[in-house]
Amino acid sequence: MKNLKPHTKHNIVTFAGLALVWIIVSVMRGQGVLGRSTTGLLVPICCYVVMALSLNLTVGIMGELSLGHAGFMGIGAFSGIIASQSLLNIIPSVPLRLITAMLVGAIFAGIFGFLIGIPVLRLRGDYLAIVTLAFGEIIKELITCLLVGVDEHGLHMIFNYRGLKNVDDLGLSPTGQVIIKGAQGATGTQPIASFTAGMLLIMVTLFIILNLIYSRTGRAIMAIRDNRIAAESVGIDITKHKMIAFVMSAAMAGAAGALYGLNYSNLVAAKFDFNTSILVLVFVVLGGLGNMRGSIIAAVLLYVLPEALRGMHDYRMLIYAIVLIVVMLTTNSPVARNLFSRWFRFGKKGEEDA
Amino acid sequence: MEFLSYLISGISLGSVYAIIALGYTMVYGIAKMLNFAHGDVIMVGGYISFCGMMYLGLNGWLALLLAMAVCTVLGIIVEGLAYRPLRQATSLAVLITAIGVSYLLQNTALLVWGATPKVYQPLIPLANADGQPNALRLFGGQLSISYMSLLTMAACIIIMVGLTMFTSNSKMGKAMRACSEDKDAARLMGINVNTTISVTFAIGSALAAVAGVLLCSFNPTLMPTTGSMPGIRAFTAAVFGGIGSIPGAFLGGLLIGVIEAMAKAYISTQLANSVVFAVLIVVLLVRPAGLLGKYVPEKV
Amino acid sequence: MSQQKSRLNIKMVPVQSHAIVPDRDADKSPILECHHLGIDFGGLTAVNNFNLMIGRTEIAGLIGPNGAGKTTVFNMLTKVYQPTRGSILLDGRDTSKLSTAQVSRLGIARTFQNIRLFKDLTVLDNVLVGLHDEMDYRLPSAIFRLPDFWRGERIARERARELLSIFDMQDMADAKAGSLPYGAQRRLEIVRALATNPSLLLLDEPAAGMNPSETSELMDNIVKIRDLFHIAIMLIEHDMNLVMGICEGICVLNFGEVIAKGTPDEIKSNPVVIEAYLGKKDKKEEA
Repeated sequence: MKNLKPHTKHNIVTFAGLALVWIIVSVMRGQGVLGRSTTGLLVPICCYVVMALSLNLTVGIMGELSLGHAGFMGIGAFSGIIASQSLLNIIPSVPLRLITAMLVGAIFAGIFGFLIGIPVLRLRGDYLAIVTLAFGEIIKELITCLLVGVDEHGLHMIFNYRGLKNVDDLGLSPTGQVIIKGAQGATGTQPIASFTAGMLLIMVTLFIILNLIYSRTGRAIMAIRDNRIAAESVGIDITKHKMIAFVMSAAMAGAAGALYGLNYSNLVAAKFDFNTSILVLVFVVLGGLGNMRGSIIAAVLLYVLPEALRGMHDYRMLIYAIVLIVVMLTTNSPVARNLFSRWFRFGKKGEEDA
Repeated sequence: MEFLSYLISGISLGSVYAIIALGYTMVYGIAKMLNFAHGDVIMVGGYISFCGMMYLGLNGWLALLLAMAVCTVLGIIVEGLAYRPLRQATSLAVLITAIGVSYLLQNTALLVWGATPKVYQPLIPLANADGQPNALRLFGGQLSISYMSLLTMAACIIIMVGLTMFTSNSKMGKAMRACSEDKDAARLMGINVNTTISVTFAIGSALAAVAGVLLCSFNPTLMPTTGSMPGIRAFTAAVFGGIGSIPGAFLGGLLIGVIEAMAKAYISTQLANSVVFAVLIVVLLVRPAGLLGKYVPEKV
Repeated sequence: MSQQKSRLNIKMVPVQSHAIVPDRDADKSPILECHHLGIDFGGLTAVNNFNLMIGRTEIAGLIGPNGAGKTTVFNMLTKVYQPTRGSILLDGRDTSKLSTAQVSRLGIARTFQNIRLFKDLTVLDNVLVGLHDEMDYRLPSAIFRLPDFWRGERIARERARELLSIFDMQDMADAKAGSLPYGAQRRLEIVRALATNPSLLLLDEPAAGMNPSETSELMDNIVKIRDLFHIAIMLIEHDMNLVMGICEGICVLNFGEVIAKGTPDEIKSNPVVIEAYLGKKDKKEEA
């Protein structure tokens, strides 16, 4: 097992770092050092870290560009909300209900990942990218058409695609409760997400991804990324392995979505649009393809950056854009990289394999 | 008759998409990059022509020329500063940079022009002085086609034919085709690859400016995010027709416009985007390289 | 039956020196048979009426001028291209409905003319990908690190190092495949192909870019592999010293058609080959 050691060491350091951050943040919260606005960021940050990790599985490990990852997050969010709200009385324990909701979110996103994967994974390169984008937008619009409510008879659901119906058509009994109101999204959700759940989800996701990568399945997936024809010629089933990576990635995004959705009392489907997919993609690319630790760091920094710049009002997104371009140019342009490597030993990040 | 008028509005919308998609496809063909900032150049074109009319008192046509000039320069600058240094980088790095440029343009526009939508003056007023619609009437007034629609369709056809002739006959056009096939071989044949790519961006951006003016003439609210969705639609159109192919972009744009109009009319307004994307997915499954794209299998 | 799943089942078929002979006795069942194989690319016939038999432990050569269709034959055998006509039998089993991956599992392994390694994986991982089917643990075992994961990985890693040691490459195990020198990359491709436990190994220009001393080392290694694994090897090569030196049967392809088959001596003296392929008689030792 000599060969597993360097990886194992690297991974233990990553997990230890996560645990340390968890402890520090919890202590700071206990001492009241963190303000309300910072505390409010903790759960979304965890969700985006999981999003980045799961997208890195698709983009970094499988090597296919996905521009619709937010769609899976949306599926997870809304199925998680429906699960949580309809189980309010059945599972009174909040942690248990949260876990159930995340599982439901993961399962639904995984199922959609599988269904979408059937056509998508037959395509290559930019064509695959545009189709994932298309599916992401379709998911968002379909959720916008949903009317969902729950009463003692169970779930009531209407697919309101012509926009002619409203919540009264759900036929809920007087004690019933509306969960999703079409374009207005989920309203009146009981927010049960917690930072603890977020950190646990990050760790579980990381554990699964790392153990996947260092196994025969993970090697097969990376082999396909590096050279599809050679992988096929040594007997690797391309579709099956791509599907495993894609579905796992979708399911993890679904769990993150469920956590995200249960962090707010109101949530609209428009949140999970193309821009959110792009946001997560930026985390993955800046963190380094295939580099899971990099994804975590990039997701945290880049999610916090615009919030930290909030005081600068209109300039914050401008600064964000400039930072993005400058970072891309300095890490990827040969001229700039030579210049920087003399001072900082830059550009090593991307080469480290997970 | 109702169907015909939906069809015509679809074609005129599609013509705008086609013009944007032509720019997209040319840039993709030569630089092999998804230029996500292309949609935002449309928005800049819209704002520049708006400013030309509002503050400089230019008429619509001069404002269009001004917008084209500014966008051309913008395209060359963006290419030179942001994309040229990344010529050897991975396509993903270039994509993220393009997204950065897109954010940059949107947020600069937000700072300069503010978030409040501007009301845009169409190139040809939709109604004339007596309040009558400015349109061509057919079948005894049952079907009316606005002059703006006619202008858009004409512009689209002229641009398509012009570009086809340019790329197949002119020296620069041939250089472009050579670069899109093989940059290293083109360089060895004495073609200046950087100049060729710059010219491509210049043409693409000028087309985006035209599209911006036409788009705002149909949909007269102008915001910093105006270009994003048409940009994505046009990208879809370019892929639909076979990215890199000029007739493909034209066909893809028209079809996307028509499908969108028909979906809005007969299926669901809310799901119009979904219908467009669903058709795209089906087309790509049947023809993995788009309608007119060439599928090049990997050589073993 | 097939020998491919168990290493204990050593192939006992003796070396046959005249294997590429169309009318050989049926009972010495060949490992590979091609009958009237052909492929068209959009109306252009690339290979036509390709008939070939290879014995179980034979080293066979496929030669011919550039563009003759040699690699296309390999691509048809491995199902990278689907043949338009004809049939391929591996160990008596028809491969016409199988995919590239299935053909590999059935026992055909190959290397590529333009090296196709998994560049970002380590040398060891490249071999482990070849050993994919030798490991039988499932995904949940991997994720929860169950005992069968550890056992499967341990056995596979030992096997991978053993295979690397054929070419003295065990010290490079942790290097990135893409960082290896050219010759080592070619050797790694052969090791990866052997890891899939083939009964037929296809080598596409294994000596390309090698100097004469490397080539002669490679010749020894090819024979060594055949003797060690008791498998058939078919190679495409332009280096005539290599082909004439180690191949027991040679098939000559020109413009997609087989123009000659036979032993090295027969090929050397075949006037058709000399005319079509070697050019003038006095240049026959070059390619």
